[in-house]
Amino acid sequence: MNRIEKTLAALKADRRAALIPFITTGDPDTATTLALMHAMVASGADVIELGVPFSDPMADGPVIQLANERALKHHTSLHDVFEVVRQFREADQSTGVVIMGYLNPIEVMGYEIFVAAAKAAGVDGMITVDLPPEEAVTLTALLDEANILPIYLLTPTTSDARAQLILDQCKGYVYYVSLKGVTGSNQLDIHDVSQKLAHMRSMTDLPIAVGFGISNADTAAQVAAVADGVVVGSMLVNRINELSGQPTGTITADIGARIAEMRDAMDHAIKTH
Amino acid sequence: MSSTPNTIYREMPDARGHFGPYGGRFASETLMFALDQLTETYNTLKDDPEFIKEFDTDLAHYVGRPSPLYFAQHLTKKWGGADVYLKREDLNHTGAHKINNTIGQALLAKYTGKPRVIAETGAGQHGVATATVAARLGLECVVYMGADDIERQKLNVYRMKLLGAEVRAVTSGTRTLKDAMNEAMRDWVTRIDDTFYIIGTAAGPHPYPQLVRDFQSVIGREAKRQMADQTGDLPDALVACVGGGSNAIGLFYEFLPDTSVAIYGVEAGGDGVETGRHAAPLSVGKPGVLHGNRTYLMSDPDGQIQGTHSVSAGLDYPGVGPEHSWLKDMGRAQYVSVTDTEALDAFRELTLVEGIMPALESAHAMAYAKKLAVQMGPGKKIIVNLSGRGDKDIHTVAALDNIEI
Repeated sequence: MNRIEKTLAALKADRRAALIPFITTGDPDTATTLALMHAMVASGADVIELGVPFSDPMADGPVIQLANERALKHHTSLHDVFEVVRQFREADQSTGVVIMGYLNPIEVMGYEIFVAAAKAAGVDGMITVDLPPEEAVTLTALLDEANILPIYLLTPTTSDARAQLILDQCKGYVYYVSLKGVTGSNQLDIHDVSQKLAHMRSMTDLPIAVGFGISNADTAAQVAAVADGVVVGSMLVNRINELSGQPTGTITADIGARIAEMRDAMDHAIKTH
Repeated sequence: MSSTPNTIYREMPDARGHFGPYGGRFASETLMFALDQLTETYNTLKDDPEFIKEFDTDLAHYVGRPSPLYFAQHLTKKWGGADVYLKREDLNHTGAHKINNTIGQALLAKYTGKPRVIAETGAGQHGVATATVAARLGLECVVYMGADDIERQKLNVYRMKLLGAEVRAVTSGTRTLKDAMNEAMRDWVTRIDDTFYIIGTAAGPHPYPQLVRDFQSVIGREAKRQMADQTGDLPDALVACVGGGSNAIGLFYEFLPDTSVAIYGVEAGGDGVETGRHAAPLSVGKPGVLHGNRTYLMSDPDGQIQGTHSVSAGLDYPGVGPEHSWLKDMGRAQYVSVTDTEALDAFRELTLVEGIMPALESAHAMAYAKKLAVQMGPGKKIIVNLSGRGDKDIHTVAALDNIEI
């Protein structure tokens, strides 16, 4: 079993939702990224999504766009992302790591080299924003061999027929994008989300994580009541930027406290599914 | 003169938008529904006699088609080589070929009932063409434009504003066309329910490369007929500039099966492709994925998209329409480049010799046509797509002459 599958199964048995923070690798630098990963796990994160910087992040709002630009100022590459994961694995063998980004860096690296390097580093899953399952056949076959989970997004505009096609290819968890828009958009509507999730559960047994529009502990708790996982990204990335220039310890303590607050609120949420 | 038509060029793209390994639909999930819907709408309408009639009527009475095929006898004489014919897309309403496509896509917007259109623009020609059709159909219009392009294309920015469009400056990334396209995509995912994205070039996710090509292919159909009327023959060569490649594919498409016709796409060589400061992905780039399709791109060894440089804002793009990538690999079309300096010389020469001021984009095609005409020699016939007029570039050219207007 993959680390992500193991973690999510254990949480399900506990009737708790997974807390899945997203940060951009190399923002402000890879050493801080590594320190943040450990701090977030210590504060209650279950799976970590690491953003792979890209020059043209079409699906991201301003907060994550700027994080990409900051990381690219010192040329943070896929190789650097793998190196961060490899170092993380020296101290943490159990927390799932998902890398999230766009296809072109992977195309340029070459699928086989990419998958081999991801596996060697200890990557457990990947989300490629601009790679729908129809175009992913070649890559998916390689990921399967390496036991790296392809995770896909479902959105409010996804039709049932298309959702089924995606769910057939998706492993580990499915990421429900709670709003139409880019990352860092407005607050989600919890009523909408819970209805949509109930419908999705009739189509899949995969755990469902919800992201986009979750920026505080209250919303995280509301989502935890109806979903199997809560993804929080822009709020953390924004805070990391606000703290730029501070010692790494200050940044990790601040982000750790926010994760702990969310964890606590989520664990007090009463599961309604 | 003629040879067996090769039909493979008419069978692309496949149902999912692939031109061989290129094209496809590499888009975020929120857009998939809208792209499916657009594909379905287009597949239903493209053969609908009512739709075709409405499109053709607008092209005739609003755009002013057919545009002339002009035998540039003074230039031909001066160069002393092949006969040079200019397909005068610069004479279209709004001054470029871009309007052909915006008329088509605005009709699709009308049929899908979306009240708001958005567009990206580089030189501003597509933005102006979109603002124009939006004004005419009473649609809300937002145009995304790189902050640097806004600076060098002030005239078009003001034209768009006069037409009632809102021009939003894009300050992310390289502040040019690719970033404007990113921002338009972000707008679209946010307002997917009420917004139609009018993409200006033959790139983007399926079905855009196909529908832009289809709407622009009127250029080649007319040119073929006009050449036959004037000379009783096919041309020996076609030349068009290639940024995203919509005017080029518009001219080329009709002639693809006619393998006796040599086809040349001219990319922006900027300071020279050897300097790295250029916008010539087909000449020196490698395949990758950007803006929804797989195509030749300028990206660095890490897969980051590189900044481009061209004196012409409309060619300043690191990718290219996927059909051009396929035509390159198939060997059906040759892709070459000319430098900023060569394009500026061609701009001045056409202006002085024929009294036609080309857009700096089209001046790239003229610059290569000059070399080709001499190489091919007298008795051969070349059609150059004069894709747009040069008024919008007067400020750029004047600045190079150190003249303030």
